[in-house]
Amino acid sequence: MTKIFEVSLYPYERSPDQDRVSPKRHPVVVIGAGPIGLGLAIDLAQADVPVVVLDENDKVSFGSRAICFAKRPLEILDRLGCGERMVAKGVEWELGKVFFDERQVFEFHLQPESGHQRPAFINLQQYYFEQFMVERVRELQAMGKPIEIRGGNKVVAVGNHPDHTHIEIETPEGPYELEADWLVACDGANSPTRRMLNLDFVGEVFEDNFLIADVVMEADFPTERWFWFDPPFNRGQSALLHKQPDNVWRIDFQIGWDIDREKELKPENIDRRVRAMFGPEVEYELEWSSIYTFQCRLMEKFHHGRVIFAGDSAHLVSPFGARGANSGLQDTDNLGWKLNLILEGKAPVSLLDSYDAERIHGAEENIVNSTRSTDFITPKSQISRVFRDAVLNLAERHAFARPFVNSGRLSVPCSYDGSPLNTPDALEGGPAHTRPGAPCPDVPLGDGYLLPKLGGRFTLLTINADAPDEVEQGGITATRLALSAKDDPSGALAARYLGEAPSAVYLIRPDQHVAARFPEYNDAQVRFAIRRATGKE
Amino acid sequence: MAKLTLTPNIDLPDDFYAELIEAHDGLTKTESDALNARLVLIFANHIGDRAVLAEAIRVAKEAG
Ligand SMILES: Cc1cc2nc3c(=O)[nH]c(=O)nc-3n(C[C@H](O)[C@H](O)[C@H](O)COP(=O)(O)OP(=O)(O)OC[C@H]3O[C@@H](n4cnc5c(N)ncnc54)[C@H](O)[C@@H]3O)c2cc1C
Repeated sequence: MTKIFEVSLYPYERSPDQDRVSPKRHPVVVIGAGPIGLGLAIDLAQADVPVVVLDENDKVSFGSRAICFAKRPLEILDRLGCGERMVAKGVEWELGKVFFDERQVFEFHLQPESGHQRPAFINLQQYYFEQFMVERVRELQAMGKPIEIRGGNKVVAVGNHPDHTHIEIETPEGPYELEADWLVACDGANSPTRRMLNLDFVGEVFEDNFLIADVVMEADFPTERWFWFDPPFNRGQSALLHKQPDNVWRIDFQIGWDIDREKELKPENIDRRVRAMFGPEVEYELEWSSIYTFQCRLMEKFHHGRVIFAGDSAHLVSPFGARGANSGLQDTDNLGWKLNLILEGKAPVSLLDSYDAERIHGAEENIVNSTRSTDFITPKSQISRVFRDAVLNLAERHAFARPFVNSGRLSVPCSYDGSPLNTPDALEGGPAHTRPGAPCPDVPLGDGYLLPKLGGRFTLLTINADAPDEVEQGGITATRLALSAKDDPSGALAARYLGEAPSAVYLIRPDQHVAARFPEYNDAQVRFAIRRATGKE
Repeated sequence: MAKLTLTPNIDLPDDFYAELIEAHDGLTKTESDALNARLVLIFANHIGDRAVLAEAIRVAKEAG
């Protein structure tokens, strides 16, 4: 059977832009049709911003790569019109088991807070993830939305000018040029754009290698995440087993720093490892294998004049905790509405400074978290290993030690605390996790869930409070969503949005982060908050 | 805020000290280090208060 990652999904086609004498100017050009480039393009096209995506390739990600997608990206994908197909295909898991040496030391339930439409996590191969996004692009095209993917278009030079960018592209039929008001580089960890513009990518490489094998097998293991510290089949190292759809299992072997890559990747070597793990009789087929090294790197700024970086091109984290694609989608969620307002002339270009402030904060938080996981999994010193093993030994018998066990932490979105777009919190007694800057937590309502009702525009969420149906300020409209106690059968709305307060009015940004909150509607304050959330105060 | 106790607080200190040393009897250096690490974690959890723990780390580092 041909795998989806072997099929050409957006083959090269000649564009009329290639036959022009002078380069065609587009509002937004995106380099890279990975999950991040596609996410941004879908977001823009849904808002009727014309967007062209260039990719040197014409297929989805080769092999599974990312497999864990957390709740927040799924919520973003709902807004992009492709969350449902991801969740329907994905595998949900709730039980994690941790093994040390030959024994299971404990198991944990991944118990997310109840009352959210989306699960804490799904496992899904990155090639499906990208395929579903490409399908969504095709749907939008059928609806007449202005979105194009150009496969076989390799960007070879980028010029960053004060009011536009200049892009040189190679295709199977020769070179051509384009101009763009805004160029977004979603061209991955080795970002050619970053190199062409001579920009730094500072950070550290962890001196370790991981061998990933995705195997297809009819195993009757339950759908659980199994993590081994120092198991007999991989002494002194760790291993991870995770289930993906279609009976594909991800096995991750830590293999150390001094290795012979070519030898390790030989099928007979992988076979030896798989049989040591599952026993000599195991029947399986190897779908994909790869060796990777962890890196944590960050650009000093994501926004450089008319060129903006998003996803792996801007920041890299180690895979433990599943933060790469997850955080990249949060970049596009943050960037899409800002670019849209700037292109419509409704917000100043300086609004993009908040993209830097907010998303660099997010990337730094991810790097801290994944570095801590990596330090636990691969202790960097003798004493660090002594404590790690002490934690694991204690965890087997005593609950207190279990929270220290760190085999990767669940990726959760960050709050944009201190963002220049936040209006100081005015809701006395309001819950901390819906403070200005925070991503809105979901809530079950009588007829569905809260997040889908927030859509992708400015919303004035009123709870037990009066307000006009719409507030228009400087070309930006905030639409009211009126809720009250009768919409809150579970009490979650009150718990998550009111706390001690009897009523509340929230201004919510198009990316579903809280911009401001008040005890009741005050026209001047809400207008100030809209201006502030759009970079005008 | 709770405060780190730095005045004598253990009854029969000679007995406790002997008990601590005896716990390491017959252990190799590796086993002893592991025991100490487990003890530190158990004590730390019992204290719980982050400010007190941070203070204890500071005091211990200074005395060395
Ligand atoms: C083993 C592994 C496991 C992972 N697990 C997870 C996980 O569980 N969860 C998670 O969230 N993340 C995970 N990640 C990270 C995740 O895969 C990446 O974060 C994600 O792919 C980044 O997407 P992107 O769109 O930024 O870049 P990419 O997916 O790398 O896409 C970049 C695109 O740019 C194109 N391109 C590059 N140069 C040019 C050029 N000059 N011209 C035109 N096009 C160009 C490429 O063809 C490519 O399509 C994992 C990664 C690895 C390697």
